[in-house]
Amino acid sequence: MKAITANRLEDGVVVYLGADDGWTSDLAKAARFEDEDAKAALAGAEARAGEIAGAYLIEVSDAGAPAGRETLRETIRKDGPTVRLDLGYQAEA
Amino acid sequence: MYRYDEFDATMVAERVAQFRGQVARRLSGDLTEDQFKPLRLMNGLYLQLHAYMLRVAVPYGAMSSKQMRRLGEVARKYDRGYGHFTTRQNIQYNWPALVDVPDLLDELADVEMHAIQTSGNCIRNVTSDQYAGATAEEIEDPRPYCEMIRQWSTFHPEFSFLPRKFKIAVTAAPHDRAAVKVHDIGLILYKNDEGETGFEVIVGGGLGRTPYVGHTIRKFLPKEYLLSYLEAILRVYNLEGRRDNMYKARIKILVNSEGADKFAEAVEAEWAQIKDNGIDLPREEIARINDYFAPPAFETLSAESAALEEKKAADKDFARWVRANTVAHKIPGYAIANISLKPIGGIPGDISDVQMEAVADIAEKYSLDEIRATHEQNLVLPHVKKDDLYAVYKALKEADLATANIGMVSDIIACPGLDYCSLANARSIPIAQRISERFADLGQQEELGEIKIKISGCINACGHHHVGHIGILGVDKKGEEFYQVTLGGSGAEDASLGEIAGRGLSSDQVVDAVEKLVGVYRQHRQDNERFLDTYRRLGADPFKEALYEAA
Ligand code: HEM
Ligand code: SF4
Repeated sequence: MKAITANRLEDGVVVYLGADDGWTSDLAKAARFEDEDAKAALAGAEARAGEIAGAYLIEVSDAGAPAGRETLRETIRKDGPTVRLDLGYQAEA
Repeated sequence: MYRYDEFDATMVAERVAQFRGQVARRLSGDLTEDQFKPLRLMNGLYLQLHAYMLRVAVPYGAMSSKQMRRLGEVARKYDRGYGHFTTRQNIQYNWPALVDVPDLLDELADVEMHAIQTSGNCIRNVTSDQYAGATAEEIEDPRPYCEMIRQWSTFHPEFSFLPRKFKIAVTAAPHDRAAVKVHDIGLILYKNDEGETGFEVIVGGGLGRTPYVGHTIRKFLPKEYLLSYLEAILRVYNLEGRRDNMYKARIKILVNSEGADKFAEAVEAEWAQIKDNGIDLPREEIARINDYFAPPAFETLSAESAALEEKKAADKDFARWVRANTVAHKIPGYAIANISLKPIGGIPGDISDVQMEAVADIAEKYSLDEIRATHEQNLVLPHVKKDDLYAVYKALKEADLATANIGMVSDIIACPGLDYCSLANARSIPIAQRISERFADLGQQEELGEIKIKISGCINACGHHHVGHIGILGVDKKGEEFYQVTLGGSGAEDASLGEIAGRGLSSDQVVDAVEKLVGVYRQHRQDNERFLDTYRRLGADPFKEALYEAA
């Protein structure tokens, strides 16, 4: 499964395209796409240039966690720097 | 120190105003990211894993207390309360919001700071010896030359769109603290046999994907010809450098593919055409720039300080800090004091807002208002009276900035790596932290002497791993972090590139590996030689054996 991630334009924080078509900070709430639908969904997201920058597809597990080759990178984006647990989304948890 | 004249101030203010408009147009959706990206990069603004990242220039690493205080305020107001000093004597903020960046830049402009020449394919911020104007070793203060290069290169119309970024470093001391041999152009100011001062000109060094130690293309350049000669080099490069392939576009590729001799000939031919065209500064202008760097008001003191000796005898930790972190000053009764940004187990180069303000206060009171950033991600108080060293130490200690480890095994360079950087293969910082903790004992570190460990999270080599005595490079192996160890590199006057020790190691193995390497050194060390000297004397074999034996 794929999800769409980007950085929010105004402050750069990590966001995911939500199931409600808004942007969410919570990967678990992200819309999940089958591989064959993902490209079209990404093109739709990229067109929303006034909201985000640098949209791309990531691999997610059925449970909505980062998966595949970029698991570590996407886990760090989702949570925050592993060397500063007081920063990023992990700090709010 | 150099103060911006009206012209500079206007230029910086205009640039911020222009960027403010660009940001507004991006936020309103009038500009796409593709259109905006080159504009934000020209202003030092990157997009990283978690947020935007702003790189602020610290030309040749020199700052006043006022500037450092402002850097701290900005960290608190617009970032998350800290900044990161880099291997290019700059500072980076990891979390600024795009909407705030114009205001942030305005506040920096108030203290003559900006993010110009920190990104893009231009001549980047010039770097230099952090002890400039303070060390007894130097022939002359190199900073006026850095400043001449800065003025000549800023917004130079011909050199704003080079094939690739371009980095120049200048030193005027035989001991190279500016890594001049691994820059696009490295300049060493020295006195020749006739007693004239001029530059040795080194071209084509660099790190990254294809590392090279630079080649000397001119043994002696009379100093008054500095700018015309640089212009000749840049012209040849701008014309002949490759633009079709980003990985082959740096000057190092040109110099090393056509040969240094041939490159030198082309430069000399170009220079012969332009050397008398008025590119070099007239004498009065050189004098004006030199005046900005006139020595501060040093007092006449006796060379030795009884107060210092007394405190050293009374406080062992202080005595250790003096041995490890201070070096000789050219003026009797003064010392150069290094501030380590490498606390045991800490993040190399990171400094909090409160610490920045503490450093600003200390420099104002005890270092004639001057602070330097080093390419090894530390800070320097260049002009401290020996009589004041104890007070400085106490104040640094109060701010958690008194780790006595300069040049030692825990004084590690590490790039941001996968914790922040979107290009990374693997994390760098946690490796640095674990090595630092493994060798935590400062007595043991002092006994081991100089060992330079440098860590990069990918082949771009922002952490200078190729020139580490022990270099560590993060690689990606099927989605797992792996680390390749290189041995025997140096970025100093005895520059060399490290050799790969063998197959990659897991993140668990790499700290043990460093300990094994240090063990071999300890076993074979002669007469207090450095790790690097032992390695060069014995060759790689005993080190490799230790690394891979039954591992
Ligand atoms: C996090 C954002 C950063 C990005 C995207 C980035 C990107 C790059 C890239 C692409 C290169 C290779 C360029 C080439 O060879 O043409 C490079 C080289 C380099 N960067 Fe970074 N870097 C970043 C942060 C840093 C930091 C934090 C430091 C210092 C700690 C640094 C210092 C350097 C140095 C010294 C080099 C290699 C020297 C050379 O240009 O040959 N960079 N960087
Ligand atoms: S070396 Fe690679 S991982 Fe480290 S900061 Fe540079 S680009 Fe990022």
